[in-house]
Amino acid sequence: MSARERVAGQVANYVDERTGAAKWLKKTVTKVFPDHWSFMLGEIVLYSFIILLLSGTFLTFWFDPSMREVEYEGSYEPLSGLKMSAAYASTLHISFDVRGGLLMRQVHHWAALIFMAAMVAHLMRVFFTGAFRKPREFNWIIGVGLLTLGIVEGFLGYSLPDDLLSGTGIRIAEAIIQAIPVVGSYLSYFAFGGAFPGEMFIPRIYVVHILLIPGIFLALITVHLMLVWYQKHTQYPGPGRTEKNVVGYPLMPVYMAKAGGFFFIVFGVTAFLGAVASINPIWIYGPYTPGQIGAGSQPDWYMGWLDGLVRMAPPIETHAFGHTISWNILIPGLIIPGIIFTGMALYPFIESWMTGDKREHHLLDRPRNAPNRTALGAMSITFMLVTLINGGNDLLATHFDLSINQIMWFSRIGVIVLPPVVFVITKRICLSLQRADRELVLHGRETGRLVMLPHGEFIEVHEPLSPHRAYTLASHEQPAAMEPVLADENGVRNPEGVKAKVQTRLSRAHSEQVAKPTAKEMLEIEDHH
Amino acid sequence: MSNEIAPLTDPGLPEHIHRKADVDPIAAKKAERQVGILFLLSVLGTILFVYSYVGIDEDVFIFLPIMGNTNAHQLFLGLGLAMSLFFIGMAAVHWAKTLMPDHEVIDIRKEQRSKDEDRAQFVATVKERGGEAGLGRRPFIKRTMGLALGLVGISPILLLRDLGPLPENDLNTTNWAAGTRLVTDPGNRPIKPSDLEVGGVVQVQPEFPPGKERHLDDIAQDSVLLIRIRPEEFNLTPERLSWTYQGIIAFSKICSHMGCAVALYEQTTKHLLCPCHQSTFDVTRAAKVIFGPAARPLPQLAITVDSEGYLVAQAPFNEAVGPSFWGRDSQ
Repeated sequence: MSARERVAGQVANYVDERTGAAKWLKKTVTKVFPDHWSFMLGEIVLYSFIILLLSGTFLTFWFDPSMREVEYEGSYEPLSGLKMSAAYASTLHISFDVRGGLLMRQVHHWAALIFMAAMVAHLMRVFFTGAFRKPREFNWIIGVGLLTLGIVEGFLGYSLPDDLLSGTGIRIAEAIIQAIPVVGSYLSYFAFGGAFPGEMFIPRIYVVHILLIPGIFLALITVHLMLVWYQKHTQYPGPGRTEKNVVGYPLMPVYMAKAGGFFFIVFGVTAFLGAVASINPIWIYGPYTPGQIGAGSQPDWYMGWLDGLVRMAPPIETHAFGHTISWNILIPGLIIPGIIFTGMALYPFIESWMTGDKREHHLLDRPRNAPNRTALGAMSITFMLVTLINGGNDLLATHFDLSINQIMWFSRIGVIVLPPVVFVITKRICLSLQRADRELVLHGRETGRLVMLPHGEFIEVHEPLSPHRAYTLASHEQPAAMEPVLADENGVRNPEGVKAKVQTRLSRAHSEQVAKPTAKEMLEIEDHH
Repeated sequence: MSNEIAPLTDPGLPEHIHRKADVDPIAAKKAERQVGILFLLSVLGTILFVYSYVGIDEDVFIFLPIMGNTNAHQLFLGLGLAMSLFFIGMAAVHWAKTLMPDHEVIDIRKEQRSKDEDRAQFVATVKERGGEAGLGRRPFIKRTMGLALGLVGISPILLLRDLGPLPENDLNTTNWAAGTRLVTDPGNRPIKPSDLEVGGVVQVQPEFPPGKERHLDDIAQDSVLLIRIRPEEFNLTPERLSWTYQGIIAFSKICSHMGCAVALYEQTTKHLLCPCHQSTFDVTRAAKVIFGPAARPLPQLAITVDSEGYLVAQAPFNEAVGPSFWGRDSQ
């Protein structure tokens, strides 16, 4: 036994005698993870969260979360002598007078954008492959919660420097709070400690931004990962992969190296962006004052859809009995986002109700094999894209020489008309892809090689798929639609007949498929050859 | 329920294909060297980082294509950091992909559901222990406990009460009063009608008595835009026309939609535009909304001149400025 092994053994023994960790670790180091590029998306979220914690901690060493008025005396001359909040002045200090400060600010902001983008991409992967199905509904809901919190957290961080752009964003948030019927102005006065903007807001959101929400994040991410660990990761269908097993590489050493290495890659790319791509240059905007504004005010991308909804809202207010209700703020600012996020959180249960499927699923769907779900997802993405486009309507108008009027009417009509159109098109594409798979499995791959038969007929030679490939394309289930129970065998009408009918219709829509080749068909084809 | 005829039988895991480095010692050696070089590139990045931190002054700018004038200190600091991190990652992944075992392993899943006997045991235990506590047999305890637990939530909610004052009538009022002089912002000088040319626009605030400081809260409510056009271009009711002075008209600068500053004035069309959500107001028609999500015109401030010829407010705003709220009386 070498000296190194002896020392390692002693350390391991010391720890195990006090924690009993060996029993758990023995299983852990051989834990299996399936391999696929799309499983990295969630990892990017986790790693950018760690980058956010590290770079954010660095920023807190100098950031002064106070709205106390100070005179700027730092090294950025254009703002010299200007009155501004301590928060803004300290952000300038970080940017110009702390070595690496600007780099860390930009790393922090880029990491936040990547964090949100990776979360959305991860959510789409989970949605389109059906990874949210039983037993993973809890994790789906935690994910939706993380996404919602991420939007709030990003917005608060964006607001902290107290520059002209971020202050304008807070003003809009204040207007949304104020628009809530009955209690709105009270909530706003509580949040801001009085009239807008007051002097309390920045210190308050600072605590929420650096302590409260990150704490909730840590707790939710821990539960999210523990569930992934405990339930074992889903896997794509393929030969040797079943609902009862998990095929992949063991944690030690392959996944440790890959995942650990990937953290450094994500951090490196974020640092690169922070180095070369300027983001949120607050010194250009100037300090916040409610009487001024910059043209082309834009939020970060993950708030753009919300801003787009607000921009396209028709100008409707109700005035009655000395009260005002601002539908032009309530509907786009609170009601529609509420519906979107609630619907998203409930989707696993809605789908399970539609299909009547209560079984566990560990094999993922290829998106084409769940046409209805894929079409629903494409429809939602379309809705979000139209609103996002309208969120940048002023920039689109100036960059592409369009009229803002046209863009708004395109968005107002498009946001209602385009999603259903995309739904139908996506569903058709999925069914066509299924048909193509069917052809491939039955008749093999077109080789492009033409052969003339002795009697003069030309045929293209088809090469049969390998059994592995054919199995991958045709191993999925094609559940039949549910039959409605409108009356029992004695002819008594089902009291929930209407509900059953709705459920059946949805189930039928959901199970619309191109029949995959059956064993009989395969045999016939083989005989034919 | 599912398609009963299984079309194909599972051929099982595909055969393992050896990588070059698995069978060829030369290829393995080469992969090892590559991993080493990647780690060394990371070391190079750290050296660049340290050099940039101590060696490059913070005010050195260099010109780069696409990026333009760039701060060299910040740029190389960032590039050094990026290299030092990125290549550690690349090395680890390359190592894993070329040299670490790539045999796929099969693990067996268990159903999440506990075994029936475990579930039965759990239910029995809960029933037994719960019965021992006697909650079911002592309804008085049950009810009082419910009451106490329900009420204890009041305290933390009540504690939040002092987060801020009640709005009272605050949102309906501004610092404008009859006779308040209009002073320029910035500059804080009273202005005469002759200071403003036709086509001109200026931001004003109410004059404060000496010693009173102007806070952002005041600016958020008081900001007014003064615009001068030719009087014959107005298309106003007689009352509103009497609120103008020699073609000078005054509107609250705080958008009636969400409170942004309505800062863009287009001289040719006489439109005011809010950059936040593009609500557009027609100055000649008392700031009527002609585009965008705003539902109300900007409140108009009635102005005139005082005995010394300076512009003053005739009266306070006759409606609340800024975004709508529940208690806003729109009549």
